[in-house]
Amino acid sequence: MKFTEEHEWLRVEGDLVVVGITEHAAEQLGDVVFVELPEPDTTVSKDDEIVVIESVKAASDILAPVDGEIVEVNEALTDNPGLVNEDPQGDAWFFKMKLEDMASLDDFMDEAEYKDFIA
Amino acid sequence: MAELKRTGLYDLHVELGARMVPFAGYEMPVQYPPGVMKEHLHCRAAAGLFDVGHMGQVILRPKSGDVNDAAAALEKLVPVSVLGLKEGRQRYGLFTNAAGGILDDLMIANRGDHLFLVVNAACKADDIAHMRAHLSDICEIEEVAGRGLLALQGPAAEAVLGALVPATAAMKFMDVAVLQSDFGELWVSRSGYTGEDGFEISVADSRAVAFARGLLAHDAVEPIGLGARDSLRLEAGLCLYGNDIDTTTSPVEAALGWAIQKVRRAGGARAGGFPGADRILRELEEGTGRLRVGLRPDGRAPMRAGTQLFASESAQQPIGTVTSGAYGPSIEGPMSMGYVATGQAASGTVIFGEVRGKRLPATVTDLPFRPSSYKR
Repeated sequence: MKFTEEHEWLRVEGDLVVVGITEHAAEQLGDVVFVELPEPDTTVSKDDEIVVIESVKAASDILAPVDGEIVEVNEALTDNPGLVNEDPQGDAWFFKMKLEDMASLDDFMDEAEYKDFIA
Repeated sequence: MAELKRTGLYDLHVELGARMVPFAGYEMPVQYPPGVMKEHLHCRAAAGLFDVGHMGQVILRPKSGDVNDAAAALEKLVPVSVLGLKEGRQRYGLFTNAAGGILDDLMIANRGDHLFLVVNAACKADDIAHMRAHLSDICEIEEVAGRGLLALQGPAAEAVLGALVPATAAMKFMDVAVLQSDFGELWVSRSGYTGEDGFEISVADSRAVAFARGLLAHDAVEPIGLGARDSLRLEAGLCLYGNDIDTTTSPVEAALGWAIQKVRRAGGARAGGFPGADRILRELEEGTGRLRVGLRPDGRAPMRAGTQLFASESAQQPIGTVTSGAYGPSIEGPMSMGYVATGQAASGTVIFGEVRGKRLPATVTDLPFRPSSYKR
C-alpha cells in the first residue's frame, strides 16, 4: 500500500488502483456525515478535487492522487458515510482508478514513511 | 495574543481524553474520545455533563436592598419584563443597542434580594462594562469569582442530580434555587441549552472537580464537548451569539419576539425604555424585511454558516444567508438556521443554498428541528 501527503492510501488491484483515506485522516476529520463521489468513467488529472467529504466539523476534499480515469466508485459511502470512520482502510474505499502510468505510484510513501510523516 | 484562560475543570478534561481548543478566550474541550456524534446521541438518550465555566456569572445587587429596584434598572438595558420575574424564577433576555441590534443574550434570575445573570463568555467583559456604565447608581455589579458552572442535560439528568441533591427533583423548567449539598452551596437552575430537560449548576471552584466526578460516577453521565453542544443547541433551534444573532440583527428579525413580554411592548405598562426600542417596537407591530428561519436541506450535504440562499435555482440576487449549519445526529440529516427575506420565510417554502457552486434545494422549517423536552 502507498500513501500520499494528503493522507490518501493507494492499493494496487490488478491493473487498477483503489483509493481511500487513512485511519489518521478519518480520526482527524471526526464523524463523516456526507460523501459526494465522482461519476464513473471520468478522466481526472492529479490534484483535481474529485470527492467531497463533510464531517461533523468541516468539509474537505480528496484530490486525484495521479492522472487517470475513475472506473468505479463506492456507492455504499453515499448511503452510509459513517463507514469512513468504521473501516477507513478497508470497506470505505472511495474510488478505483485506471492510471495512465503505473510508475507514477513509485514516488509515494510506503507505510513506514507515512508513519514517520504523521508522527 | 492574550494567554488562554482555563476553567477549574481543565485537568479533569485532559484526564478524560478531551481535545482542547481555544474558545472565547478559554481552552475548552471540543470533544472527548467518543466524538461529537456519539456524545450528542448520549446526551439525548441519558445525560451529558458540560463545562460551561467560561460563561460569565454576574450578580446585580440593589443598593436599596429591594430587588425591584435592580429589576427596574435592568429593564433600561433589556426589552424583557424583569419586574415581572418572580423570586426563584429565571427568564431569557437580550441586551440591545441603540440601533436595535443585539449585544448579547443572557439568562436573568430573581434570587429574592438580588438578580443573578449568566452571560456569554465572549461578551462578558463588554456586558459588565455596559451594566457598570448604566446601572451603577442603583446596583452593585459583581462578577462572580471563584465559581465554576456545569450543565447536566438529558432525560437522566433529574435522577442523577436528584440522587446527590434531592431538592432539585421538584424544580420546574426555569426555576432557580440556592441549595446546600455535599459539594457546598450550589446555585441551580432547571435550564440549559440543548433542548433537553436538565440543570445548570454553579459550584465553588474548590468543589467543582469533586462535584463533576460525583456526576460522572453515574453510568448515565458522559462528558460532552463544545462540538456536540453546538449540534444539540442547533437541533433545539437555539441561537448562538456571534453566529445567529449579533449587533446587526434585531430581536424581531431573529424571531425572538417571544422574549419581549406584552408589558414592554407598545401599549404595555412599561413599554419601551430600552436601547433601540423605537425600532424593535415598530418591528413587533409592522414586521421586518427578513427573518431567522430553520432550513432542512433536501439531500445529505450540510449547508454551513455563510452559505448564500436564493429563491430559485437561477435567481441572481441572494435572499439570505445561513448563520449556523451542521449535521443533526438525532434528526439524522443536515439542518441550518439563517436569515431569509420575509416573503420566503413561511414554513414549507423551498429555497436554494449554493454549496460548492451548486444550487441545492432546502425547505424552510419550523424550529426547533426536534421537539424539546423541558419539564414545565
